[in-house]
Amino acid sequence: MKAPILEVRNVTKMFGSVIALSDVSARVYPGEVTCLLGDNGAGKSTLIKILSGVHQPTEGDYIFEGERVTFNSPREALARGIATVYQDLSLIPLMPVWRNFFLGSEPEKGFGPFKRYDIDFARRTVRDEMAKMGIDVRDPDQPVGTMSGGERQSIAISRAVYFGAKVLILDEPTAALGVKQAGIVLHYIVQAKRRGLGVIFITHNPNHAYPVADHFVILRRGRVLADYQKEELPQDELMNLMAGGEDLVKLQQELAQLESKPILVV
Amino acid sequence: MTTTTASKADERVAQVGFFRGLFRRVEVGALIGAIVLWSLFAIVAPTNWISITGLSRILDPASTWGIMAVAVALLMIGGEFDLSTGVMTGTTGLIAGLLATRAGWPLWLGILVALIFALLIGYLNGFMVIRTGLPSFIVTLATFFILRGANVGVTRLVTDQVYVGGIDKAAGFDSARAVFNTGITLFGVEWRSSILWWVVITVVASWFLLRTKVGSWIFAVGGDTTASRNVGVPATRVKIGLFMTTAVAAWLVGMMNIVRLRSAVGSQGIGQEFYYIIMATVGGCLLTGGYGSVVGASLGAVIFAMAFTGIPFAGWDTDWFFSFLGIMLLAAVLVNNYTRKRATEISVGAAKARTEGA
Repeated sequence: MKAPILEVRNVTKMFGSVIALSDVSARVYPGEVTCLLGDNGAGKSTLIKILSGVHQPTEGDYIFEGERVTFNSPREALARGIATVYQDLSLIPLMPVWRNFFLGSEPEKGFGPFKRYDIDFARRTVRDEMAKMGIDVRDPDQPVGTMSGGERQSIAISRAVYFGAKVLILDEPTAALGVKQAGIVLHYIVQAKRRGLGVIFITHNPNHAYPVADHFVILRRGRVLADYQKEELPQDELMNLMAGGEDLVKLQQELAQLESKPILVV
Repeated sequence: MTTTTASKADERVAQVGFFRGLFRRVEVGALIGAIVLWSLFAIVAPTNWISITGLSRILDPASTWGIMAVAVALLMIGGEFDLSTGVMTGTTGLIAGLLATRAGWPLWLGILVALIFALLIGYLNGFMVIRTGLPSFIVTLATFFILRGANVGVTRLVTDQVYVGGIDKAAGFDSARAVFNTGITLFGVEWRSSILWWVVITVVASWFLLRTKVGSWIFAVGGDTTASRNVGVPATRVKIGLFMTTAVAAWLVGMMNIVRLRSAVGSQGIGQEFYYIIMATVGGCLLTGGYGSVVGASLGAVIFAMAFTGIPFAGWDTDWFFSFLGIMLLAAVLVNNYTRKRATEISVGAAKARTEGA
């Protein structure tokens, strides 16, 4: 078994008296997709915010590439190669693909006052990088706002990969997408994994999680409910865990009761 | 999904590229407007209009307006407004004029102090906008009123009138005039040297906006400030820099005015801030930021200058100039809306065709 690239050990996070995470341990391996699943309020967001450097754990250790680390800001995490692609993507809709791709890290050529944006390099690189991810950018000048949600996700992902990410955290990348678009994004997730990145994929949707994941971490009420390799967990079992198992049975009973009751007429 | 046949793909790029190439030119609306307006006056007042004198008469006001419109366009692309630009042309002129005539300083020293003052006000405008998070419209409206009052108030205190005359008697006037705004005779007509300034500034600003890293940042902070910050764009510095740029442009135009008129007036520039915003809008700048062109803004200044000189040429009452401004603004906003929508629709259509074809 290879060494994990990223690991949290017994992490607890408190916000005042609220325990957002309690004694959470999880590992992420390079070249694998780790799926982080859980209902609203399960602690997914808190955990990824700790991983991406937004929050610091109250207790417990954060280990990256075998050493204990503390990140005080997302930039510090990014500098180590932990890139987070948020739902809002940090893309500027009115700007062309190539300007977006290199925004904040523009390639330059020339000297002194004649230093200028190396636009040819940017255009070419965007084409090449996107091609590596399996997307054909026909026109790098296309404004990002005119692209589909799946294409935008793919830009954000390939940007992170290009700038040397070792761990890619994807916060519900398929949440707002249709079936076809979600399929495109899942495709890039697999591409990123094949390039050796440790991918953390956060989702609500077991249908998106199951085909790409190698490993599942399921959170519930701030604790790790389950941590399985894919082989250990059949899909229907995953569905059950996701839906909250007993909760669902209870809900069905309640609904059945409600239906059998007469409607009160006031 | 991955590779369709190469020739087929290229074909589709070419098709999309043609339409988008046409409509992606931000300046296209302003260019069409300029051509239409020029043709209109060429029909109504052909003798004055289609002449070298006519051209120099148009380019004279276009030059100082154009310089301001370029700076304001950069700021608007960066997502902010500055309502203190017009009055600032007056303030800087008064500072240099008062120091040169009342304090007896060399004119160049007054010009330097005016520049420092402009940089400071520009910085404060930007700082206030960033720190308070208030709309720049309100913050700079306050600056506008403060400066407007101070222009007249200070001038009256010092000179007992609202006018500073005799600047041409100050030391260094001739060299200042030669630098900022002199007349150059060419083809038998006098041209203002401010035209040269304007052309150079437009070219440099356009190069800067489209070909440098900071230019990209200007588009980015105007498009989405938070998103640009997330990827490491120094949004605060970019925005403050833009406010300082408009203030420096106002200083330049202020100096051009006082060396030309040999005097400074307390009411100089008031109301012109809206001209600059309209010119930038006519040139394709979106009021919401993140999009626009400095070349377009310069074309907007040309359109204004054509109306300004063309209306008296045609023998019409100059009162109509303002109605013209309103109509231009409305037309520009509608055209901007249309071109942007058009560009978007084409690419969405192309994306759909691609998905369906795949």
